[in-house]
Amino acid sequence: MLTMIGKRLMFAIPSLIGVVIVTFLLTRALPGDPAAYFAGPAATKEAVEQIRKKLGLDKPLIEQFFRYTNDLAHGDFGSSLTTGQPVAAEIRSRLPASAELTLLGLIVSIVIAIPLGVLAATRPGSWIDHLCRITTTAGVSLPVFFTGLVLVYFFYFRLGWSPAPLGRLDVFYSAPPTVTGFYLIDTLIARDFEAFRSALSQLILPATTLAIFSLAPIARMTRASMLAVLASEFVRTARASGLSPTTVIVTYAFRNAMLPVITTLSMVFSFLLGANVLVEKVFAWPGIGSYAVEALISSDFAPVQGFVLTMAVMYVLLNLVIDILYGVIDPRVRLEG
Amino acid sequence: MKRRDFLKSVSGLAAGAALPAMPQVISSAYADVRSETLLIVSEGGPNNLDIHGVGTNVPGYEVSWNCYDRLISHEMKVGPGGVPYYDRDKFKGELAEEFKIDDMSVTFKLKKNAKFHDGAPVTAKDVKWSLDRAVSVGGFPTFQMSAGSLTKPEQFVVIDDYTVRVDFLKKDRLTIPDLAVIVPCIVNSELVKKNSSEKDPWGLEFTKQQTAGSGAYRVTKWTAGTEVIMERNEDWIGGPLPKIKRVIWRMVPQAGNRRALLERGDADISYELPNKDFQEMKASGKLNVVSLPFSNGIQYIGMNVTKPPFDNPKVRQAVAYALPYQKIMDAVMFGLANPMFGAPKDKPTEVAWPQPHKYNTDMEKAKALMAEAGLANGFETTISFDLNFAGVNEPLCVLVQESLAQIGIKTTINKVPGANWRTELNKKEMPLFTNVFSGWLDYPEYFFYWCYHGNNSVFNTMSYKSAEMDKLIDGARVAAATGDMATYDTDVKGFVDLAYTDIPRIPLYQPFVNVAMQKNISGYQYWFHRRLDYRAMAKG
Repeated sequence: MLTMIGKRLMFAIPSLIGVVIVTFLLTRALPGDPAAYFAGPAATKEAVEQIRKKLGLDKPLIEQFFRYTNDLAHGDFGSSLTTGQPVAAEIRSRLPASAELTLLGLIVSIVIAIPLGVLAATRPGSWIDHLCRITTTAGVSLPVFFTGLVLVYFFYFRLGWSPAPLGRLDVFYSAPPTVTGFYLIDTLIARDFEAFRSALSQLILPATTLAIFSLAPIARMTRASMLAVLASEFVRTARASGLSPTTVIVTYAFRNAMLPVITTLSMVFSFLLGANVLVEKVFAWPGIGSYAVEALISSDFAPVQGFVLTMAVMYVLLNLVIDILYGVIDPRVRLEG
Repeated sequence: MKRRDFLKSVSGLAAGAALPAMPQVISSAYADVRSETLLIVSEGGPNNLDIHGVGTNVPGYEVSWNCYDRLISHEMKVGPGGVPYYDRDKFKGELAEEFKIDDMSVTFKLKKNAKFHDGAPVTAKDVKWSLDRAVSVGGFPTFQMSAGSLTKPEQFVVIDDYTVRVDFLKKDRLTIPDLAVIVPCIVNSELVKKNSSEKDPWGLEFTKQQTAGSGAYRVTKWTAGTEVIMERNEDWIGGPLPKIKRVIWRMVPQAGNRRALLERGDADISYELPNKDFQEMKASGKLNVVSLPFSNGIQYIGMNVTKPPFDNPKVRQAVAYALPYQKIMDAVMFGLANPMFGAPKDKPTEVAWPQPHKYNTDMEKAKALMAEAGLANGFETTISFDLNFAGVNEPLCVLVQESLAQIGIKTTINKVPGANWRTELNKKEMPLFTNVFSGWLDYPEYFFYWCYHGNNSVFNTMSYKSAEMDKLIDGARVAAATGDMATYDTDVKGFVDLAYTDIPRIPLYQPFVNVAMQKNISGYQYWFHRRLDYRAMAKG
């Protein structure tokens, strides 16, 4: 097991180096001149040059690259020009916000989608199968920001059930001391139940938005994979041997149908992080996606590079976790690893 | 109350049964806090808390205005619609107890009990250090200081601990007003010096993150891109103690949500909403919406006079006759702007700026002028705009495109990302574009000096050069400094007339500053910088 993890991490190194090079070149190829942007509207040509020098942008590209990689090796992601803060610190404070939201969205989605998919597969053509089809089609065809705005409109603006879409906490609560960065956990650790309540109620709408969007692939994949497994011979054997339907479906069929679902989950997780950008905008969520987009708009290199790199590392880790999960679910995979 | 019930039921499930008794107690405490707290929501927040910093953005100016003091500030007068409006011509002391203007200098006596946020007294050496800093750091602050002929540290002289003299390099009517803008703020020199380094002698890195002033508020928490929290300075002596104890300023990127927050009563005040929203909120009457014209500001269509055929005044006039002015007012601005077109034929030019020109939408005249210029078949060009303000610029450019097509000018729309806009303006390559310019100092010659003078500043986006124009602008500046009002009046009328016959830029309208607030919020004041002044505001 450990050798497998080690091996996998080794394989990740070349791709990380590639990511570093590509993001560096891509951000440099962006249109827009950060020096002119930060010199302000009234700047003279000399002032722009002065700022370019200050930012080190007058050096040859290759020198800039070596300086950048050297800083990276020392754990320094550089400083954002728009927010004025070190990138590493900002990512550290914003990543948990995004991760908490994405994970909760994913959990809600799994809790609904998997049973829905399984039920649809066991009763193809029934009303539950149609329900599954309708929900998933609707969910995937609505753009996330639209779902988000509609939810805000009804649950906040019309009905007043949900709190104001103002980020992670009601403005009048202060954030709990950081332990994990996840407010739901940190507030409980701090025994601040009022804040927990606020954090949870702030999470409901954005997490639902993400869940609606991600229902479709999970439910469809569960259904398809279950259908294939239910038609296979070992299930027929199990049924013929007189095992109860629950045992057949849950113990035998479902476990075998899990592999493609897990793969889909990792994909869904990655595109949820992307979809997050829009949800974060709608709910004023201080997450990592909106941070990266704002940086991109103002040609602010350091946060963009930091963001892409963080995401790359996360994908590598995520894939590793998925591979380990494969091994847990299907012993055959473990042997090959 | 519905909301609380809902929350109780939902989170009760997750948090267990031990809680239900607690919220009431805590919530009533929060209610008190709420009544003394101003909650502002806006699209963007500051990127730097110090206006002297590198590339500080406009929201950063608002922090500086409220957290730092200047030597002097403006008096208030009653403006349009009864809204308090800063008085361009009257000054009062803020840190200065009194000030005396002599022929070639001005002397300030400081208030003796003024203290910085850390308790250190505000002395003359802080004033000198701060003004030296403003003229030395380069970039925008230094540029703004130079607009009032304040360029050298030698101009700021410490007489004793509480007396400072500012020497004039030359007579300039803008020197005193320039000391009342945001830039010449007084910084706690000892504190900042302690936190500066050889690489950063003015301590810009330190003041970027925290306020080091003597102002009415100080920043207690700042999460870039998320929120700014400011607390009242109980020892402020720059004016009467503000009524608002705490200001929470949250960034809400979605305009629709900002409107929802206002209409639900969760946010107290907001700006930067689409014109359509302001117009609807005004009509519904649930909120207070204040709309006031930008002082000394105009949205215009500019033509680069070095790019043929825009070098031909006939073509420029043809464009001026072809623009859909009224449509832009109605469909883009929803009436929230002052028209700058279609003045009556016989109206004499005034000694004022901005003032409307006499062009109107008249396609026949435009076609005739095109024919006179030998371009009856038209030509092709591009029209550019800044995507940062796409909400106004995009529909505006589409309307212009449609109108110009009628006189044979085929335009392609070029959308320039905000980050590039300034670079593009500086290059002066765009043949046709729309933009806004507005000056902090509300004087015609100030506007013309930046926008029409042959020294070709970045705001002279048309690359317009005319010896006659330069003579009139320089004449007016000298006349204003020496108080020769007769010459001043003729020169101002002269350059306005010339700008409208030569028409390198076509004014469309004077935009409005729109601010929407709850009915229980009072004390909004209009300032030249168009940001909020919390010091005069009150809630309830």
